[in-house]
Amino acid sequence: MAANRSPRASTAIVHAVLLVYTVIALFPIVLVLFNAFKSRKAIFSQPLSPPGPDTFSLIGFDTVLTRSDFGLYFGNSLTVTLATLFLVVFLGAMAAWALSEYSFKGNAVLALYLAVGIMIPIRLGTVSILRLIVSLDLINTLAALILVYTAMGLPLSIFILSEFMRQIPKELKDSARCDGVGEYRIFYRIILPLVRPALATVAVFTMVPIWNDLWFPLILAPGDGTRTITLGVQQFVGQYVTDWNAVLASLTLAIIPVLVLYAFFSRQLIAGLTQGAVKG
Amino acid sequence: MASTQAVVIPRSQIAGRRGRFPWHIIVFLAPATLIYTVFMVYPLLDSLRLSLFTRDEAGVESFAGLANYAALFFDPQWSDRFWNALGNNVLFFAVHMLVQNPIAIGLAALLALPNLRFTNTYRTLMFTPTLLSVVIIGFIWKLILSPTWGVAKSMLGTVGLGSLFAPWLGQEHSALITLALVSVWQWVGMPLLLTYAALLNIPDSLTEAARVDGAGQMTIFWRIKLPLIWPTIGMVTILTFVGNFNAFDLIYVAQGALAGPNFATDILGTFFYRTFFGFQLQLGDPTMGAAVATIMFLIILAGVMTYFYLVQRRLQRYEL
Repeated sequence: MAANRSPRASTAIVHAVLLVYTVIALFPIVLVLFNAFKSRKAIFSQPLSPPGPDTFSLIGFDTVLTRSDFGLYFGNSLTVTLATLFLVVFLGAMAAWALSEYSFKGNAVLALYLAVGIMIPIRLGTVSILRLIVSLDLINTLAALILVYTAMGLPLSIFILSEFMRQIPKELKDSARCDGVGEYRIFYRIILPLVRPALATVAVFTMVPIWNDLWFPLILAPGDGTRTITLGVQQFVGQYVTDWNAVLASLTLAIIPVLVLYAFFSRQLIAGLTQGAVKG
Repeated sequence: MASTQAVVIPRSQIAGRRGRFPWHIIVFLAPATLIYTVFMVYPLLDSLRLSLFTRDEAGVESFAGLANYAALFFDPQWSDRFWNALGNNVLFFAVHMLVQNPIAIGLAALLALPNLRFTNTYRTLMFTPTLLSVVIIGFIWKLILSPTWGVAKSMLGTVGLGSLFAPWLGQEHSALITLALVSVWQWVGMPLLLTYAALLNIPDSLTEAARVDGAGQMTIFWRIKLPLIWPTIGMVTILTFVGNFNAFDLIYVAQGALAGPNFATDILGTFFYRTFFGFQLQLGDPTMGAAVATIMFLIILAGVMTYFYLVQRRLQRYEL
């Protein structure tokens, strides 16, 4: 990009660098997707080519779907993620509203108390979390995961949402109050709809780490009926290490839903992340 | 931090509600505060307490002061593994700082160049690995690097470097670096997006003057843009630090709980898991596990404090 080079040439170099890195980022994923749809022989003889008419095979998916309960794991992940998402967004918004709107003794201290959890990983409390969950008789339940993930997601949610709620013009709230609208209705009918974009940002931040988590499913809910997709894949691959078709197919089954969602929401997701960055 | 904001006095208090107990504030705050306290703050504090206890054969716990820490630091039965894991973790972090963040900043600088096309497509595609589970990423790379499959070897072969290939994950001297690089490959998207956003936020007026004076893009980046995004780089550093000293999944998935070969890839996360949960012949030891967690907690806390007190204070001087 030196000043003496022609602009067109330097633009070409920039694109070349970016393109090379894009290939590096995508290649391993594409490789797995390709080979999941090939016969065992083709996986080893021509790993780099896409599945063709001679090499196409669904044998791996057959093994995965008959030997393990992928549908159940998927449903478990979905339940845990959606329930946590609802709690983190809704309870987080309620707390953020109280912190940003009302003046009361200890407001600043409480806000700081709730913000500390942004930086400290909840994983470090696992020994006691496990005891707590056992004593509540919640071991091997999805509820255990939902509660822990909600505690994990709330600090960031409250922090981001209270930043947004501070920007809501006073006039809106005041005119509602003059009309005698109650505090709960103001929150539910006026404030929540106004911060919808921020709620989406929070949802994104919350969703990805929960869907992908291995640690808490491994420790709190390893049972067959409560396995999440991440744990399910980990256990399945561990068991079928030598069955390359099955391994590649199970990885593909775990990747595809995420990629499909990403294809639809990548714009919002990246906007949310960069917005969060600027705010932080 | 949120706490530094001025508190707004709501008009509602004036409108005839004076004297009534503000139940609504409690209702808004209670659920979140309760869940957060019970499932996050209490366990973290209780872990600190547990780390001061020890457990006898019968499973009865008794107060032991700092005995667990003494064992971790000095008793060879524990300390060998502990110092090994800590050292590996420092190396793991160093690789991220030296490889991940420079690559991310470099790519972000390119993406933020004026009048560049397809930037959205590039950053969307580059971010894809970050979105996938570490479990998936770990297995994908394990397959690719596996000598059985030979994909890595044949690819190196096509560029004439086939002889360089070795079973990197199986060798003591290369396994940790290899996994650190896999982790870099996955997480590069995060610092990339953060620095990219910071670069876009720099007002054009600042770079325009330099361009008029004939400065090239390279000079503009080093002399004007980079100094302005130091706060973001500081944030990226602390996020990387917390993430690395809390990492577990990748090592566990690729090398198992024993973090082989011969503990060469053992980091604090896997050491914590083994200590607390047990593996093969060794029984789990919750109080010793709590001590390991407490040390991780203190390391992360020290990092975060350093960030807030030193970096943040110094950076404020540069703020526009």
